[in-house]
Amino acid sequence: MNSGSKTKQFFLKYTMIIVMVIVFLLFDVLTQGRMHYAQNLSNLLLQNAYVVVLACGMLLCILTGGNIDLSVGAIVCMVGALGAKMLSTTSIPAVAVILICLVLGTVIGVFQGYMIGYARIPPFITTLAGMFVFRGIGRLILDSKTITINNSTFLNIFTAYINLPGLDDGKVKYSAIIIGVIITIIYAAIVVKNRAQKQKKGYKVPSVGSEFGKLAIIAAVIIAYSCALAMYKGIPVMLIWVIAVVMVYAYITSKTAFGRYFYAVGGNEKATQLSGIDTNKIYFVAYTNVAFLAGLCGLLVAARVGSVNGDAGTQYEMDAIGSCFIGGASAYGGSGTISGAVIGAVVMGIINQGMSIYGLNSNWQYVIKGAVILLAVVFDIKFSHKNMSKA
Amino acid sequence: MADLILEMKNITKEFPGVKALDNVNLQVERGEIHALVGENGAGKSTLMNVLSGIYPYGSYTGDIVYNGKVCQFHTLKESEREGIVIIHQELALIQMLSIGENMFLGNERKGKMGLDWDETFNQAEKHMREVGLKESATTLVKDIGTGKQQLVEIAKALAKDVKLLILDEPTSSLNEADTKMLLDLLLAFKKKGMTSIIITHKLNEVAYVADRITVIRDGASIETLENPNHDIDEDRIIKGMVGRELTDRFPKRSGKVSDVKKMEVTDWTVHHPLYEEKIVDDHVNFHVNKGEVVGFAGLQGAGRTELAMSLFGKSYGQEISGKLKIDGKERDLKNSREAIEAGLAYVTEDRKGNGLVLGKSIRENTTMARMSKICSRGGVINLDEELKAAEDYKEKMSTKCPSVEQLVGNLSGGNQQKVLLSKWMFAEPDILILDEPTRGIDVGAKYEIYCIMNQMIEEGKSVIMISSEMPELIGMSDRIYVMNEGRIVGEFTKNEVTQEKIMASILSSDKGIKESEERA
Repeated sequence: MNSGSKTKQFFLKYTMIIVMVIVFLLFDVLTQGRMHYAQNLSNLLLQNAYVVVLACGMLLCILTGGNIDLSVGAIVCMVGALGAKMLSTTSIPAVAVILICLVLGTVIGVFQGYMIGYARIPPFITTLAGMFVFRGIGRLILDSKTITINNSTFLNIFTAYINLPGLDDGKVKYSAIIIGVIITIIYAAIVVKNRAQKQKKGYKVPSVGSEFGKLAIIAAVIIAYSCALAMYKGIPVMLIWVIAVVMVYAYITSKTAFGRYFYAVGGNEKATQLSGIDTNKIYFVAYTNVAFLAGLCGLLVAARVGSVNGDAGTQYEMDAIGSCFIGGASAYGGSGTISGAVIGAVVMGIINQGMSIYGLNSNWQYVIKGAVILLAVVFDIKFSHKNMSKA
Repeated sequence: MADLILEMKNITKEFPGVKALDNVNLQVERGEIHALVGENGAGKSTLMNVLSGIYPYGSYTGDIVYNGKVCQFHTLKESEREGIVIIHQELALIQMLSIGENMFLGNERKGKMGLDWDETFNQAEKHMREVGLKESATTLVKDIGTGKQQLVEIAKALAKDVKLLILDEPTSSLNEADTKMLLDLLLAFKKKGMTSIIITHKLNEVAYVADRITVIRDGASIETLENPNHDIDEDRIIKGMVGRELTDRFPKRSGKVSDVKKMEVTDWTVHHPLYEEKIVDDHVNFHVNKGEVVGFAGLQGAGRTELAMSLFGKSYGQEISGKLKIDGKERDLKNSREAIEAGLAYVTEDRKGNGLVLGKSIRENTTMARMSKICSRGGVINLDEELKAAEDYKEKMSTKCPSVEQLVGNLSGGNQQKVLLSKWMFAEPDILILDEPTRGIDVGAKYEIYCIMNQMIEEGKSVIMISSEMPELIGMSDRIYVMNEGRIVGEFTKNEVTQEKIMASILSSDKGIKESEERA
């Protein structure tokens, strides 16, 4: 292998990360450094938490064969509306409200999943119908009004910041830095342990430079980001929710047999079926799951905004779909990763925030977002698919 | 000197690893019906694809002389412009469009303002009358039967001003009456001076319509037979089709077949998944002993694949009835999962369509049919074990690949077949059903696959082999069932079977034309 193709491979593998860095730096320059203010860095994540969560669910749908779920934005609205209504008009405790809302999301998912997986109604049509139905029900619950949420227990579960007494009393929240360092150490330990294990079993390991170089960069990013969080209110609880969701789904898709079935169905449904795998169930679970996450997302958004109105969640499905495709998921199904979808979500987030801070008209934001999604898919098809057919 | 409309000289066409055509010569006289016969995979369709420009000029060697001049077709359009029209085995009609629209698809009648529908339907009906279709040209294709659809294809060819009509197995999906109608139509066209080439497996049809017959075997043209009185002996054609020497292309096995019945199937009947009234397997009875290789012979469409897939957890068809016994116990396998758990494995004939996930690695494909073997109880994959399993099977099958992380889509056909076999060996079946296990792979890889079969037998397992290559069936099977039109029409042991006997039992059950002729 010559060095030219090595560089090319490096760029192919890390395209979106490189794009993310470039876009960030570009906006940082354009906004005279306002992008990297601690407050903006913290908000970057909070404002895009919903995309990350939805993208995890959407990825499973897309994996099954490029299928998408158009109804998630409407489910966000409906679940958020129900939650807000219960919190403001009944005395049901906040935790019970959360559980009821998650169950509602799941029930919607079971319905749509059944339609798609077992009744074999095309996902596009099922979820298009769902988009109208659930948006309508959401508005009926709200009675076309905006409902404000005042329940502090509910708000704290999603929007508080970690604040350890004694440690975080000052302006700088040291807990964020300490947790950041702990996470970095754990991560580094896992990398080192895995590498040692692989070497012991005689497997091929990446070169020292690339493996530890990558580790050093990731560690630096984690520490830098936790420092930024420390400068602005500390670690938001919402970050923990998001990380939990991402870790769970990354684990399922990469480490479990069940997760692999999603890729198999998208790669060749017939072959998967003949391998003794219940493909109907895979569709069912994909769509049940995305609605469950949309339900969770409805709660996150309701808490973050502090109120719910009939337009809540509008076009969230498009953001989630866009994130998956930007993150390298194949529009034909069968390939894509959670980490890719998360990076896609962050890229979109940076673009949104950068343009807002820069003061660009929101109409332009649409234009740019669309262009980025198209470019990402063109890239995917040009490189990954063409390479396969050529060989 | 005869008036030749077409002469194909020394046509050689190679695919990676396979020589599909080797110096083939074909001479077609003007105004005759010329039959092209040969076993599946002999190269008939390849030859016609060369002629029609589907394999463009330059991808083969040799000359095509058509109407006295050398032609170099690069696309189907170019050959059609010269009046060469090919009708493929699978009908290429769009079900939801009308007959008229289908006939002029890609050849639309245009007026001043877009499409001229009056002209389209008018012309369409004119050609439809020529082939004896009385329907309106606005009828949707899905509303007429397959027999009439075949006639629409011919009318479509007429609309293209056809001079040389090529029909690739036109009667394979037709019933007797429709077949007769179609063949008589060809004879009527012959009287008007049209030349046709017909590819078919049904030798009684050949005798009935063809003036001359060219036999192709293993990619080479063997002989051209004259049939002036339409009375040629079918055995004479068969001899040309199968007359190759059997050398030791098949590894010997030492194990003896046990008397224990491993699997027994009685009255197995399967209906077509879409057309409920069509029966694809009709009261099939057979059994497989422990340590036995049972072959299934038959032509394409005889119902063998359908039989295998319906046994494999009802993966094909509807209204399946009959009894399946494994180890003497009656089993009702509802899906492929249950079939795998009952010890069955079905290695598909369509490895790209039904067998492998091409965009995934060898490792992932290998373990797919039984992932529980490499997972913890909670379903978490143990990557080390998976890697080890994939490496093991790569060694066992001597799959040629740089690493098991290679995408299956990047492998050659033979190696893909080995990965597919690995996948099903990994599932540890007791009864391995192989459907065309050596289709499209080279001789060396074939031999390796035969060795793998023998190894399974030596482990006390059973193998069912469906194959259209008769030498392979005869060389590998302990016992052979012959199927035709969904029924078992013959059973032979290893010692008594010959290719002629297999062909004869197919043909004697194929009461196609002769009877309907008598009736008429």
